[in-house]
Amino acid sequence: MTDMPFDQQVITIALCALGTMLTRFLPFLLFSGKKATPPFIQYLGKALPCAVFAMLVVYCLKDVKLLSGSHGIPEALGLAVTLALRQWKGQMLLSIAGGTVLYMVLVQTVFG
Amino acid sequence: MKRKAFLAAFPHTLPIFAGFWFLGLAYGILMHSAGFSFWYPMFMSMTIFGGSLEFIAVRLLLSPFAPLQTLVVSLLVQARHLFYGIAMLDRFRGMGWKKPYLIFGMCDETFSINYTADIPPDVDRGWFMVFVTLLNQFYWVSGATLGGLAGGLLQFNTKGLSFVMTAMFAVIFQEQLKKEKQKTTAAVGLGCSLVCLLLFGPDSFMIPTMVSILAVLLLLRNKLEKEGI
Repeated sequence: MTDMPFDQQVITIALCALGTMLTRFLPFLLFSGKKATPPFIQYLGKALPCAVFAMLVVYCLKDVKLLSGSHGIPEALGLAVTLALRQWKGQMLLSIAGGTVLYMVLVQTVFG
Repeated sequence: MKRKAFLAAFPHTLPIFAGFWFLGLAYGILMHSAGFSFWYPMFMSMTIFGGSLEFIAVRLLLSPFAPLQTLVVSLLVQARHLFYGIAMLDRFRGMGWKKPYLIFGMCDETFSINYTADIPPDVDRGWFMVFVTLLNQFYWVSGATLGGLAGGLLQFNTKGLSFVMTAMFAVIFQEQLKKEKQKTTAAVGLGCSLVCLLLFGPDSFMIPTMVSILAVLLLLRNKLEKEGI
């Protein structure tokens, strides 16, 4: 149990919420007014998403250890099956479910 | 109009339902085992609504009170949302009262769907995005609350279930890659993330990654704009 008094808990939680909301609202506060969005921000709006999705995939896999444990094999197989199913069947949900079930079976049995 | 938008939005959120319930439960259980009542995960998941920071917040609540550090950590952990806002500037234009809520609820998963989903032309875009946001938040809050309530009662083998998020982001990345004429931005994102992960390690590579992505993309601006990005 925490030793922190209730008012300090409330402030801590409020600051976490404030930090989150600042990062979400800031671009809109800066560039959403009557003035047109500066061209380099428009450019970033188009250039960033694909880079960001790549970053999110790496972020999800950041704790995979290639040199020890299961050497990232379950992750690699899970992703390969997910992406192959997506190419083959074109069904987003089916491919995510297929890859995840395979991954769960692998980490619970073969690599358990 | 709302019904149609809801029915169009719901299937897109199903992987997130699985992922958020799992992660939300885990978060609620963690709070429970740290001695907090279920009101905490419920209220925190509602107001902070950003998974990784909420796990960190548990540690902050158990440590001595440090307001400045709390704010700095929040800003650093959540900095990637700045990129989502920049990408959504035009798409949220003219959304009226829906806009503040769409911005408030724009976590990684919600942004990914709202940015990439092919919304049918006869479906209202504003309502579609509101329902995606609302459903995702509902999954997260209900999972966290249940975890806080049930605590240690839940015993089933969910090992590996969080991979659903990895798989979803991978599919979204693949999808976006197909849509884009150029592959440079994808390569920049992948390259910067991997190099920074190697250099800075899993706990502190995100900020250097974001800075380097930004720098490289700005350096390549002329080239990419000529290619008609």
